[in-house]
Amino acid sequence: MNADNRPAAVNTSRRILPSGRIRREIIFGWLFVLPALIIYVVFVIVPFLSTIRYSFFKWNGVGPATWVGLKNYMTIFQVPNLIGTIINAFWLVVWFSFIPVGMGLIVASVIHRVATGRLGTVSRTVLFLPQVIPLVAAGIIWGWLLALPGLINQVLKALGLGALSRAWLGDFGTALPAVGVVGIWVLLGFCIVLLLTGVTKIDPALFESARIDGAGWLREFVTITVPLLRYEIGVCLTVTVVAALAAFDIIWVTTAGGPGNSTSVPGVQIYIQGFTQRAIGPASALAVMLMILVVLVIIPIQWLTRESAK
Amino acid sequence: MKVARGERWAGQTLLVVLMAFTILPFISIFLTALHPSGTVPGGLEWPAHPQWINFVTAWNQAEMPKLLASSIFIVLAVVPVSLVISTMAGFAIGLLRIPGSRVLLFLFVFGLTLPFAGIIIPIYFLERTLGIYNTRLAIVLPLIALYMPFAVFWMRAHFVNMPAEISEAARVDGATTWDLFWTIHVPLARPPITSLGILMSIWTWNQFLLCLVLVEDPTQRTMAGALGAFQGHYANDVPLLCAGTILILVPTLVVFILFQRQIIAALLQGAVKG
Repeated sequence: MNADNRPAAVNTSRRILPSGRIRREIIFGWLFVLPALIIYVVFVIVPFLSTIRYSFFKWNGVGPATWVGLKNYMTIFQVPNLIGTIINAFWLVVWFSFIPVGMGLIVASVIHRVATGRLGTVSRTVLFLPQVIPLVAAGIIWGWLLALPGLINQVLKALGLGALSRAWLGDFGTALPAVGVVGIWVLLGFCIVLLLTGVTKIDPALFESARIDGAGWLREFVTITVPLLRYEIGVCLTVTVVAALAAFDIIWVTTAGGPGNSTSVPGVQIYIQGFTQRAIGPASALAVMLMILVVLVIIPIQWLTRESAK
Repeated sequence: MKVARGERWAGQTLLVVLMAFTILPFISIFLTALHPSGTVPGGLEWPAHPQWINFVTAWNQAEMPKLLASSIFIVLAVVPVSLVISTMAGFAIGLLRIPGSRVLLFLFVFGLTLPFAGIIIPIYFLERTLGIYNTRLAIVLPLIALYMPFAVFWMRAHFVNMPAEISEAARVDGATTWDLFWTIHVPLARPPITSLGILMSIWTWNQFLLCLVLVEDPTQRTMAGALGAFQGHYANDVPLLCAGTILILVPTLVVFILFQRQIIAALLQGAVKG
């Protein structure tokens, strides 16, 4: 590139571009977008619109479909098994999102001074491991850990708490929290490592001066760490909330929604209604509600964090 | 910066506890996998006679060579195509700023948080109509499409931040738009393309829902999809199930340990940009 030798031409080049060239560039640009656009429209946008359309019909997937208006949506609100999935999804947000992000913040602020050198590198790798393996594998591993003869009950017995031991995933009262623990295991390391990179970007002088003013760990946490990490917290919340609302793999493998419907979430019911019950209408209505729910929850989070990032 | 001894001790203890919480589940399934097939051992016991043969049995019964080949095929079909078409689209939207690029960007961003489950039913019927249901193409095509929002958004973010002087200087030298793309901007975009490739490879390898719905034959699926089928067969044989799970995890673990720095960086950047 010998353009550096004649910088004067650079400033004028844009204005003297022939219009034929611009037209050619536009055509070229559109040709470049087309492959991505076509496959995206065929396999995402069209199915998205079809989901909305299906949600207004009664259809078993093979026979003729009948228009039923909003009936499928009414069904979802009336049938406890279906509306229950949305309530469960919100409970999962507590386990998959609030707990990992909250714990991640505390842990990151406690270890950020010591997580350097060799221990820091090793811990980053280890804590990130659950984020890399398939969620199905995480589900199988924890399905065994939480089983009656599994590690969790073994530890409880060793601690003299044998009375508490049970089949955690098979008990109506404990199945949802047990699935939640799997989510914590998968997402906590990700949150810690992400928040840790945020904490190390904060000017150490801020912490020093807070110390000199006699601030304890808690005060430092509330007045420095949390406010300055707003953007990273937003990112963690977005990723984990989507993971909770759109959960499928972990739940399908550990409980398949059971016992009863105590761990059933929209993703699982969409699959059951659509592919085993062949009730395409209600399944699609639930899918539409899930997509609206995700957007409704994500927008305020994004809005708050983008705002503070500016 | 000086760190008080008590603080250092507390922080390091916390780190070690967290690492134990992360690692123990892996150790538990490893020890369980060494117990005699068909027995129900405790969660964390060294077996009297380690049954290494379980790994051989699981290898054969899960048809591991076929699974590996299938997964590698799917990754090789999905990732390069996705990289090429998203780089092209990102270049056109972010750098050429073609008319309509704002609308295009909005259309792609719209799909960023779309849950796969939300559109899986129409994809199933679409693939029945197209006649690709129960083939590897049934996983490949929707996956490429589902990656487009993130991939295009990611590549656009790179191109939109490239200084305009680079393109203008090349123009002055008489470069065509193709030259601009191929000889100047693609080489400069190597870091974001690499990260995107790593991310999409992991996501593809781990994909489960699409496999479950769109492909019945486990040997035509990805590793994660096949693991789901394996679980169905061996729900009552815990040691063998654990052995199979470990076998399926080994490729992921090896790749992760080899490329840990790039993978962690890519996943963190991916989250921040998405």
